[in-house]
Amino acid sequence: MKRLLILGGGTAGTMVANRLVHELDMNEWHITVVDQDEIHYYQPGFLFIPFGTYGKADVMRPKRDFLPREVEVIISEVRLIEPEKNLVHLVKENRILRYDYLIIATGSRIAPEETPGLMEDEWRKSIFDFYTPDGAVALHRFLRTWQGGRLVVNVAEMPIKCPVAPLEFLFLADAYFRDRGMRDRVEIIYATPLSGAFTKPIASQQLGDLLEQKNIQLITDFNIAGVDVDKKAIVSYDDQRVEFDLLVSIPTNMGSEVIARSGMGDDLNFVPTEKHTLKARDYDNIFVLGDATNLPSSKAGSVAHFQVDVFIENFLRYIDGLELLPTFDGHANCFIESGHGKGFLIDFNYDVEPLPGMFPMPGIGPFSLLRETRVNHWGKMMFRWVYWHILLKGQEMPIPAQMSMAGKWQR
Amino acid sequence: MATKELNVSLDAEGFLTDPNQWTPEIAEAMAEEEGIAPLTERHWKVINWVREEAARTGEFPSLRAISKRSGVDTKELYELFPKGPARKIARCAGYPKPKGCI
Repeated sequence: MKRLLILGGGTAGTMVANRLVHELDMNEWHITVVDQDEIHYYQPGFLFIPFGTYGKADVMRPKRDFLPREVEVIISEVRLIEPEKNLVHLVKENRILRYDYLIIATGSRIAPEETPGLMEDEWRKSIFDFYTPDGAVALHRFLRTWQGGRLVVNVAEMPIKCPVAPLEFLFLADAYFRDRGMRDRVEIIYATPLSGAFTKPIASQQLGDLLEQKNIQLITDFNIAGVDVDKKAIVSYDDQRVEFDLLVSIPTNMGSEVIARSGMGDDLNFVPTEKHTLKARDYDNIFVLGDATNLPSSKAGSVAHFQVDVFIENFLRYIDGLELLPTFDGHANCFIESGHGKGFLIDFNYDVEPLPGMFPMPGIGPFSLLRETRVNHWGKMMFRWVYWHILLKGQEMPIPAQMSMAGKWQR
Repeated sequence: MATKELNVSLDAEGFLTDPNQWTPEIAEAMAEEEGIAPLTERHWKVINWVREEAARTGEFPSLRAISKRSGVDTKELYELFPKGPARKIARCAGYPKPKGCI
């Protein structure tokens, strides 16, 4: 029996497990999935919790329900990976697992402790995150009775999971306060380390214009050094201060601690990964999928999905002794909620920035790229069903793994 | 001396396209245009570390990596290379503009 071990049963780990049991001969392969948490969270849903659109129960399901029967599932923390010995040490019962191939899908997490002052007295009193279910719920409770003031949304540093989420939060916050008749009592400020609203020029311009229309003030090149807790202000490395009544922070994102403990990560505990093949840079029997990589692609579920497509094809070649093909192009596809039942959709990869057009069928859609429409919003809301019932289970999606230029308009 | 007179290829934003063409004179010229000349021993500490690290790993280090391991912390990096240190360091060290992660 060949042993394949998957660390992480989140979006990437679950998808790849479901695909592998169909593609590999299960008489020859033993697949094990290890995860420390029994609950699978629908992370795109966290964004809606602060505004009361979803509750916590809407975004939680048991992990086991989405993993195939054929795989062994172990709920345990991972103590250490020993890549030179092909061993993984678990906390539970001090078990040691040997593997022939290892897939690291340990994701990324927020690390508010990286920014001085963030997790002190004001944490979850006037400083919140919405990247954890508890943070999103706490923020919802706060917003229900908030009388208004100055809302500052701050991204601590790049990269972050779902780079469009801060913008979506701003748009939804604007709509939320408008609906409650208190928009005139809320000042909304977005302080970002980027030089614009978003990383890529055309989308940055368009989304920046939308911020202006919605009267959201944009502060660019703001690199937070810490929070002045007493004066309720965020302070940058070059001594800019932005005062807040309510701070919604997107803290530094980091890979799993076990990556650091095992000496396999970069400065943010992300695993150095070959850009186009997804093989770990330093190890020939380890692959890295989803948010755990150090790749300059978005940390997002759609990216994990396209990675899994590419990985499966390549892995089947690899175990037959063929070389890996450089087929991962950094493809990402993201809905952006813009409030009041509308949304955007963007589709891009390592080399091509988000462009306007129609998706997935050129000229037909039904989704419009880089344009605000109601259909895009419904796409995002329907996506939760698609996620649980199609995507995680590894069934076919009508979107190719590689980005296509068909249907996109170039200027 | 302006970077245009150095007889090296620059991209549209004035970054060196080939790090192998770099010389200390180029760093000084870039610093001039960025308004941070003359380069001090602390600037050089950063530039030299970054060039060694990039040569070793094949990738331009992140600001976090620079602040953790070059011996110059983030606060000082912002003093030495104000308003966008990553960009200015890359330019002086002769590397292309760091790609903003997405």
